[in-house]
Amino acid sequence: MTFFHRHRWLTPYVLLAPGLAFLFLFFVVPLYYLGYTSLQEGTVQIGYTFTWAWDNYSSAFGDYRGQFLRSLEYAGIATVVALLISYPLTYWIAFRGGRWKNLLLLFIIAPFFVTYLIRTLAWQNILSDDGFVVNVLQFVGLVADDGRVLATSTAVIAGITYNFLPFMALPLYVSLEQIDKSLIEAAKDLYASSTKAFLRVTLPLSMPGVIAGTLLTFIPAAGDFINAELLGTPRQAMIGNVIQSKFLEITDYGQAAALSMILMAVILVLIVVYTRVLGTERMAG
Amino acid sequence: MTAAAEPQPLPRRRVSPLTRGWAFVRRHTITVFGLLALAYLMLPIVIVIVFSFNDPAGRYNYTWEGFTTEHWTNPFGPPFLGDAVQSSIKVAVIATIVSVVLGTLVALALVRYHFRGRGATNLLIFVPLTAPEIVLGASLLTLFLNLGTALGFWTIVIAHIMFCISFVVVTVRARLVGFDRHVEEAAMDLGANEYVTFFRVTLPLIAPGILAGALLAFSLSIDDFVITSFNSGTTETFPLYVWSQAQRGVPAEVNVIGTMIFVVAIMLMLFNVLFQWRRQPKGA
Repeated sequence: MTFFHRHRWLTPYVLLAPGLAFLFLFFVVPLYYLGYTSLQEGTVQIGYTFTWAWDNYSSAFGDYRGQFLRSLEYAGIATVVALLISYPLTYWIAFRGGRWKNLLLLFIIAPFFVTYLIRTLAWQNILSDDGFVVNVLQFVGLVADDGRVLATSTAVIAGITYNFLPFMALPLYVSLEQIDKSLIEAAKDLYASSTKAFLRVTLPLSMPGVIAGTLLTFIPAAGDFINAELLGTPRQAMIGNVIQSKFLEITDYGQAAALSMILMAVILVLIVVYTRVLGTERMAG
Repeated sequence: MTAAAEPQPLPRRRVSPLTRGWAFVRRHTITVFGLLALAYLMLPIVIVIVFSFNDPAGRYNYTWEGFTTEHWTNPFGPPFLGDAVQSSIKVAVIATIVSVVLGTLVALALVRYHFRGRGATNLLIFVPLTAPEIVLGASLLTLFLNLGTALGFWTIVIAHIMFCISFVVVTVRARLVGFDRHVEEAAMDLGANEYVTFFRVTLPLIAPGILAGALLAFSLSIDDFVITSFNSGTTETFPLYVWSQAQRGVPAEVNVIGTMIFVVAIMLMLFNVLFQWRRQPKGA
């Protein structure tokens, strides 16, 4: 007690120490081991040895370029679709919700309360071959009479969109909610049309939400393997599926770790580029 | 300073019926869109609940065969399902308690003290939130593999505490920011020492934030599949059970348990919403 009185500057470090130590041990150190493992070769039988096996990286790129590109493509499309659904939805709640706002917001996060796998299996049910959705799509001719939705890339992208939509909607809602409504009125008083007021006032002010939402949707989507597994076939396999099966089924740890490192690096680069580009545009606009 | 001529008030724009009609359509288009989007969000949830009452003919619970409450009377009937739910709850309880304690301490330090290394601390808290789950799971697995740690219950617990801490810090910190420190000073002026002040004044005031963090941690833990699948060994949690059954057809009891989790979580959230609603001043 007296020791802490004399050394008050220590208090924050004492409070931080256990939590940060835990994160250091089980978040930072594992990343080091991921890199370490990615340069090992061997098998489960003979054991793994560290040999600077850069070959893991080159073969990972060579063998799985398709899955990498597919992951980025699916995640990109799902992010755009989630944005197109979430923006009007959260705009409606933020500007027209009135006293129902919190309740409506509850609807957006409700999917989180159904276990991820169970709600994905529900989509398996909804999109199943004799289901209502497929029958309607067949009737209007969007799907061939013997065509299916399940086991196609459409199903996988639909699943990803649904599962990560709340990550898009929540930050969007926060930024739309914070907009000072009198700014929009001011724009209209100055003879801006509703469209122009939206494009010049509301949209730029909601950009932090758009940036946060797209990142929070894209990142988990690019690493996802559940939707491709449950709603797709091996032809829709994403990089997550490869990493998962290499770690847990094939036990090819070296290459699996290399693939994880590449995924992380690709995502980091994309984030930096994306925030730079949008950030400077925002300055200029 | 007087202007030579007062500026004439600008003529009011005439609003034609066409413009008004268009405005009406637009106003209601977004409402219709919003309701449709909400319906889309609710659709799988409705399916999960409805099919918990289905009486499937075979293993696949996909087509509606008939109404039954059979799965509700014995939800833990299928082999291994009960054990899986039990381990999920155990993991979630331990992970919640530990991550809430560790996370709250970090949040307190971040909000109330100025110290060197704040930037690094924020980074360490923030990065796990943005890393893809598969990388978190895989890297933790490589740690355990290289150290020769046996995978099982405790490696799952460690993994869950790890990804819950950051969420707790963010949640608790958000509630701490508006905290009025004068209340604490008043308590100290009235002769309370630091510990009494903390337990009698500070803790009750930040309790809602801690509770929110705990609820979030618990629901994240009980729902997690990706990170768990990398670090589980032979221990099976509820999501792992669902995954293992997914290829063979998931028993309807899974829908029952999914519905139970959903109802409990929604009730807690509704309670929270109603609580805020009542505290809100009228007209806000």
